[in-house]
Amino acid sequence: MSSNQPVLKVENLCVELEKNHRPLISNVSFEINAGEIFALVGESGSGKSLTSLAIMRLLPEALQVSSGAISLNHQSLFSLPEYQMQKVRGRQVAMIFQEPMTSLNPVMKVGDQVAEVLRVHLGLNRKAAREKVVSLFDEVGIPNPEERYDWYPHQLSGGQKQRVMIAMALACEPDLLIADEPTTALDVTIQAQVLNLLKQIRDDRGLAILFITHDMGVVNEIADRVAVMKEGEIVEQAETEHFFTDPQHPYTQKLLSDAIPKRENFEDEALSPVQNLLQVNDLKVYFPIKKGIFQRTVGHVKAVDGVNLTIPKGQTLALVGESGSGKTTIGQAILKLVDATAGQVNFTNDQATQAINLVDLSEKAMKPFRKKVQVIFQDPFSALNPRMTINEIIREGMNSLQVGPTTRAEQDKRIESLLEQVGLLPEHKYRYPHEFSGGQRQRIGIARALAVEPELIICDEPTSALDVSVRAQVLALLKDLQKTYQMSYLFITHDLSIVPSIAHHVAVMQAGKIVEQGLVEDVMQNPQHDYTQRLLASAPSLVRQALEQA
Amino acid sequence: MIPLFNGISIYFFWTDIMIWGLFFSLLAWSRVIGRSEQVKAQWHRVFESKVAMIAAIILVAYFAIALMDSVQIHLAHANTQPGSFLDVLLAHLISATERTYSAPFALHEFTKSTQLGLNGEMQQVYLPLKHVNANASIGMQTGEAIALGLLISAILIGLHGLYLAKRNQTSFPQMLSAIWLEQTKLPWRTAYVTLTSLVIVMSWLFKLSYSYHVLGTDQVGIDVLYDTLKSIRTGVLIGVLTTLVMLPIALTLGITAGLFKGWVDDVIQYLYTTLNSIPGVLLIAAAVLVMQVMINNHPDWMHSTAERADLRLLFLVGILGVTSWTGLCRLLRAETLKISQMEYVVAARAFGVSRAKVISRHILPNVMHIVLISVVLDFSSLVLAEAVLSYVGVGVDPTMNSWGNMINQARLEMAREPMVWWSLFSAFVFMFILVLAANLFSDRVQTVLNPRESVK
Repeated sequence: MSSNQPVLKVENLCVELEKNHRPLISNVSFEINAGEIFALVGESGSGKSLTSLAIMRLLPEALQVSSGAISLNHQSLFSLPEYQMQKVRGRQVAMIFQEPMTSLNPVMKVGDQVAEVLRVHLGLNRKAAREKVVSLFDEVGIPNPEERYDWYPHQLSGGQKQRVMIAMALACEPDLLIADEPTTALDVTIQAQVLNLLKQIRDDRGLAILFITHDMGVVNEIADRVAVMKEGEIVEQAETEHFFTDPQHPYTQKLLSDAIPKRENFEDEALSPVQNLLQVNDLKVYFPIKKGIFQRTVGHVKAVDGVNLTIPKGQTLALVGESGSGKTTIGQAILKLVDATAGQVNFTNDQATQAINLVDLSEKAMKPFRKKVQVIFQDPFSALNPRMTINEIIREGMNSLQVGPTTRAEQDKRIESLLEQVGLLPEHKYRYPHEFSGGQRQRIGIARALAVEPELIICDEPTSALDVSVRAQVLALLKDLQKTYQMSYLFITHDLSIVPSIAHHVAVMQAGKIVEQGLVEDVMQNPQHDYTQRLLASAPSLVRQALEQA
Repeated sequence: MIPLFNGISIYFFWTDIMIWGLFFSLLAWSRVIGRSEQVKAQWHRVFESKVAMIAAIILVAYFAIALMDSVQIHLAHANTQPGSFLDVLLAHLISATERTYSAPFALHEFTKSTQLGLNGEMQQVYLPLKHVNANASIGMQTGEAIALGLLISAILIGLHGLYLAKRNQTSFPQMLSAIWLEQTKLPWRTAYVTLTSLVIVMSWLFKLSYSYHVLGTDQVGIDVLYDTLKSIRTGVLIGVLTTLVMLPIALTLGITAGLFKGWVDDVIQYLYTTLNSIPGVLLIAAAVLVMQVMINNHPDWMHSTAERADLRLLFLVGILGVTSWTGLCRLLRAETLKISQMEYVVAARAFGVSRAKVISRHILPNVMHIVLISVVLDFSSLVLAEAVLSYVGVGVDPTMNSWGNMINQARLEMAREPMVWWSLFSAFVFMFILVLAANLFSDRVQTVLNPRESVK
């Protein structure tokens, strides 16, 4: 097959709700050639996953294709009977998903799961299937494939599970691979490895890949051609190089600028001498491992192992690291939501000249400091009690910590002004959380923290569940509030691309330890520690460029 | 004893007080939840289903009978047995006691008796029943009963229709036509049809019970209809009051275990695993026997057999409550474990909110759907449990009317030829309708309150 022959051709695809004929996808057309990686980019709800489901003919029952055609190797998919479509799925088109954890059957050996596909589709016998699986595992870079064949999914890491998924997709040598956000749940170093693997497979097998993602950095890294979707339509389609250097559509331009936020001039602020608000000295948080009938402690998980941090007043310290490195635990230890095993968290009060060690305080003595240190969470859906109105949610902290006015009417006024400050309307206070979008909920979470006039807010991945344009808004809001109230942030994130736009200082964390810490400019441009260098090298080049300009 | 007028006074047994207390606290609770738009909308959705509406009306009818049977009336002048309000309504059935079995609508006894004939010879004859009016035409009376039923339901529906019309600010005829064409959000037409048929059936039973034994009589000649109607209270009380005993235990232990974890959790888990591994019937039988001995040793505690029966019922409720909390407790523990990891609970702790407030504001409202679902589901299984326990002989007092006792007494007669089927049949039908209605209603509650449903 020559490379300019389209493997997949989607023409004027329209999908609508069966009930009221509301269009969800309108007039989507694109082609993917063999050996080409085609990226479909868009924010959540833009219809990119629906497009891929329509190709597989796996649309949910409430939806229907109203017009358009999809052909795979010149064969129209919509005219095939269901039993032939079964053969197309898996043999000619394969899919990999975002969550490798839930895509594998937890009670089956990973090797058997891949072998099952081979035996069903290619009719191989047990021995031949095993050999094929081992060679596939080898191809997708799973070490000791012979041995890993007999492992169960929980024994593998996230990246290895995704490799198994890729091996499963490749098992029947498909012509088209649909990858739906395959790296979103992975750490940046593993993401880089998986992207390289996909590129290599594309080159080796001449595979066409439909790559669905929301991450511009990943697109820049992997795609040959890009299409941007917005509200069910493709607004721009271009070669990758042209796309990034010369975006045409205003939506694309905005998406790109939001995706890689620019560095602001923090240098003067960061260097100017200010008082330190919080100092963490040699903080250790160990979780005991208990075993046996008497729950004897047999060992410890060292979640945080001797960390030193300094957060200056009115500035932001970004804490970056991969999942499981102990970032969140540090935040919780500062808030005394988990008990520190050793070390100090020294908080410098406005009035008191002497710092106070929060670790030694009792819950009662801690209460005055609860209003000084507040927290914003990652998941906007679990951060707000679904049974309380926005009013009650914001009022709770004010009542508990006795901040601000005490009468109900005055509190109502304050809640209204807080809602306005975070960009919501005063009448929103009578609503329940489920009536808001993810970004709006995150704003409510910010208003809740602001209600008690904190001096330090611990932002625990506040933007990682948000679309890039919403993320940009939330980051801008946080920066505004910092300027207005001279607040400090401890900004916990795994996303390197937002560090330059928000933080003055950065600390890099690995396995419970801080490996490097300093001004954002110094650390990002001139990393000293190997881990930092590795982390930066794994970041998509688009992000890397932005960091270097920082 | 509370005197009313003319020497009439009312008084309450312990279980009466509990059921009325529960009734009024439910009323108060419905006022409270009426304030929250979210909860109101949810209950609205429960009743949007026709099946739920029918089930609810049937349940209300059962509860109404149980409540009527839970006010004891004492008449100073009359020489009647003390009894409940329901007994007063059914006084003609109490006095209409026959000698022995008779089939529904029969004119003669079921078994032959030996009688001295006119010529002094011994005869085997079916004696006529004493309290049957053989001249009454069933057709005529049915007609009258239907007319009466239609009249009563027309009044009830009219009042409700007027209320709806006023609330929706339309005219009464417009409202009625909207209901008839099913343009209302709630299925009022279904509700009215159910209500009308229910009222007609009840007035038919009531009307005919003056002339016949509609459901026959039992071994000692007591009207089976009376027996079954009196059993409603026992069934409903066991179903409802047991939850009252079980709920605080399950809530306290479940939430404590889930929230505090550690050794508290271990202790509570061991407790319910141990309790679960003892066969329930064995534990109940042992407890009931202990109580029996205690009652026999202290005859001075009770003034009447009715009071003794009531105390035994109360005790049975307690035992059932203490043995049946484990399932709900386990569910609540798991849910609390999940919720206590939610970020809004962590946020509350970061605000220094006390544990008690975290429980009452964040955890309780978010486990309430589980409590509600399991309470409604448990109701039907408890009604059935009463029947089984009384059948085995460890249930309510033998002098108390209950479906279990009815079945127990009818058991021996099943082998008879021709069979005495009506006792068993009546107990079965009344129990079946109650349990079916409760199950259908709980199904709907579960669908609506299911958290996955409400995520949308």
